[in-house]
Amino acid sequence: MKDFVTLFQEIDATTKTNAKITALVSYFQHAAPQDRLWAITLLMGNRPRRPVKTTDLRTWVATITHLPLWLIEESYYIVGDLAETLALLAGDQENTEAPVLTLTELLQALQQLAGLNPEEQQAFITRFWMDHRGEDNFVFNKLITGNFRMGVSKQLVIKALAQYIGQDEKAIAHRLMGKWDPAAETLESLFGERTIENKAYLPYPFFLAYPLEGAPEASLGPIGEWYLEKKFDGIRGQIIVRNHQVFVWSRGEELVTDKFPEFDRLKDLLPNGTVIDGEIIPWKDGQVLPFAQMQTRIGRKKLTPKHLSEVPLIMICYDLLEYNGEDIRAKTLEERRLLLTSLLALPSVNSVLQLSHLLEFDDWEAAAQFRARARDFFCEGIMIKRMSSVYETGRRRGNWWKWKTAPMTVDAVLIYAQSGSGRRSNLFTDYTFAVWDGDQLVPFTKAYSGLTDKEILRLDRWVKTHTIEKFGPVRSVQPELVFEIAFEGIQESKRHKSGVALRFPRILRWREDKPASEANTKEDLRALL
Amino acid sequence: MLQFREEGIYFPAADCYIDPWKPVPRAVITHGHSDHARPDMGSYLCHTLTKEILRHRLGPDIQVQTLDYNEPLHINGATLSFHPAGHIIGSAQVRLEYKGEVWVVTGDYKLLNDGVSTPYEPVACHSFITESTFGLPVYQFSSCASIYDEINHWCAQNAKEGYSSVLIGYALGKAQNILANLDPELGVPLLHGAVFNMNEALTRSGHLFPGEWLAPEIPADRLKNAVVVAPQSVLGTSWLRKLRPYRIAVCSGWMALRGPRRRLSVDKGFALSDHCDFEQLNTAIKATGAQNIYVTHGYQAVYSRWLREQYGLNAVELTTHFENNEEAITGEDQKTPE
Repeated sequence: MKDFVTLFQEIDATTKTNAKITALVSYFQHAAPQDRLWAITLLMGNRPRRPVKTTDLRTWVATITHLPLWLIEESYYIVGDLAETLALLAGDQENTEAPVLTLTELLQALQQLAGLNPEEQQAFITRFWMDHRGEDNFVFNKLITGNFRMGVSKQLVIKALAQYIGQDEKAIAHRLMGKWDPAAETLESLFGERTIENKAYLPYPFFLAYPLEGAPEASLGPIGEWYLEKKFDGIRGQIIVRNHQVFVWSRGEELVTDKFPEFDRLKDLLPNGTVIDGEIIPWKDGQVLPFAQMQTRIGRKKLTPKHLSEVPLIMICYDLLEYNGEDIRAKTLEERRLLLTSLLALPSVNSVLQLSHLLEFDDWEAAAQFRARARDFFCEGIMIKRMSSVYETGRRRGNWWKWKTAPMTVDAVLIYAQSGSGRRSNLFTDYTFAVWDGDQLVPFTKAYSGLTDKEILRLDRWVKTHTIEKFGPVRSVQPELVFEIAFEGIQESKRHKSGVALRFPRILRWREDKPASEANTKEDLRALL
Repeated sequence: MLQFREEGIYFPAADCYIDPWKPVPRAVITHGHSDHARPDMGSYLCHTLTKEILRHRLGPDIQVQTLDYNEPLHINGATLSFHPAGHIIGSAQVRLEYKGEVWVVTGDYKLLNDGVSTPYEPVACHSFITESTFGLPVYQFSSCASIYDEINHWCAQNAKEGYSSVLIGYALGKAQNILANLDPELGVPLLHGAVFNMNEALTRSGHLFPGEWLAPEIPADRLKNAVVVAPQSVLGTSWLRKLRPYRIAVCSGWMALRGPRRRLSVDKGFALSDHCDFEQLNTAIKATGAQNIYVTHGYQAVYSRWLREQYGLNAVELTTHFENNEEAITGEDQKTPE
């Protein structure tokens, strides 16, 4: 696994895309054939399942270092990353006599590890720690704690693979979709010519819109060249009908067919070789239901007819990627939409598939007015797609834009801070905010993002000097600072003390102009419900 | 025997404060870093090698009295002496004795030999005041010599690939450690003004370090593949622009952790520290034989609990106003160039 550790370090040490691609290509060229496949799964974000309990790991490192468990815990709070903490503690001595494992051997050993008893697990893991350098242990620990992550996007990996294999990026992206078993594949079986025909369930890589910043008239030109549609708050998905079977994929590349039994009937209604792209939303009696209701339904292990009738789901369809078995992504959106429209003209599919309607505006000004009031129309903004655009892969600027309505905001008081992890370890970056309820502050949300690096450092210093109490990694702080919190939605919630749950909360800005007494109240918050 | 006052650590028998943070008539200074040696004291008592540092930083008019290491000073029946702390040039532990009771105030110290400052010597005492900057077992520093090797190797590799090497370290202490151990094959290093001026001051106490001032008008070809030593205040500023193409490394104990290393978004971090790691602290404390340990700046709560539980020592936290010049490197309000 040495070469994989080297790859990890090279990628970790740079922020430059080209240096990362060079490192990846060089790894693919030199690694053992089977290792490449395991590396690809890891790089694409398919992490191995955690084979051991993290509390056991802490205990075992305490045993070999002769340190008390509480000191391991305190160290972990400071380091902010369990794998790194364990690696720093476990030692840095290489045993040159120890057997050298390939990446494949290591990952296969880890798969078996879960089935062993704790003593055997402990023996394997402590042996590894004592035989390896700190950098090896770090990567090893990332794998056994189940949160292995490499600083590369999927797109970057695809780019490097395309260079290495000498194929088109789109083809590579397509073949890497979904789950596959590195033990059962070879480079040939994955990327060879015949692959696609054998894998009828494979979706196409999603094309994602870029957020639009600033006014569209300046950057996008005449409105007549664009399709404008409502941006619904649902689950982006692809419905595939091939070989008389239906497959539903989410944008997270998960096969979620089981969660959506209402689409099953499409296998008899749509022609084989159909792939539709759209947003799955909860829909009842001609009305959009709140997103949270769908979330609850998705989370259920077992779906009863009652759940299905309470929260029926439909897909708002906006694109057609495959028609009569032909990949039509290279056609213009205008052409694809015509085909989609003809396909959905079939009345029998309309109970579960609806065409995404085009919004007609005379000019961008009218579109802006709609966007400002988007919530009144049960959507979260406008999608703007160039009529002549082909269906690309990944998130790209230029042809597809999302123009979301302004978020809801409240001014809230910072009351707790907790240290973050990874790049934010050793810094207080996870914040809990409260609003006034009479003269009490009630916590209502956490937020992690939105501050600049500079502000984070300043706030970290402030937290350290304004701590009231410490509870492990959490500190309560003097309720003095006010932040404007933005969010996309608000729901009643019985699980939260404040009685509300927010969707996508984040920090909009630090209100240094406001004292805590001028923060919003619980009533203000409830008025947004 | 000592009092912890608003102004600083007070030794009544000799009527003096050790590293006071507010103006007092008589200040005893452990070393020249700015959180320990502050301006506006009536008089300063420090180690011989610290004198020029104080004059450089606080002005030529300050009143300074000096002692060598292990040279006792008797005041009103109390005895005061300096002992090597191994932190930076001139850094000293202050040994205070009165009526048979001995205290040691360490200021900042390390046990690893950096090759520049006088190596640390343990001093037996009853009560020991220690910092705890890196007082967690996750901090395990390699020998300075092995890090100097890594630095030299990194610089050589950069030069080979056509890059200058910028080494970031505190202008007093880290900068000299780096300069004294740079491979002469790398050429004469270029110095930021803060480092250059500090070296000038150290020359007056007999220390010579290689390096030439990186003047604004320096010819461009002199910058090619050069080694540059600068304080952390240059990070994220336009000062670095003229050095392109360069690779930049931060030399600090904090670089032992990945989070701080990545946060600075520099090319490399060297965990070169002028402070004790966990094991050095343990070793130092055991060697003093002290029963009472006062733990200051750093992880004082955690580290004092460790001392109580592991060694049965009477260890307590002590809140001070010392920051840590290594800590500043991850903070935003970095000290301005001196």
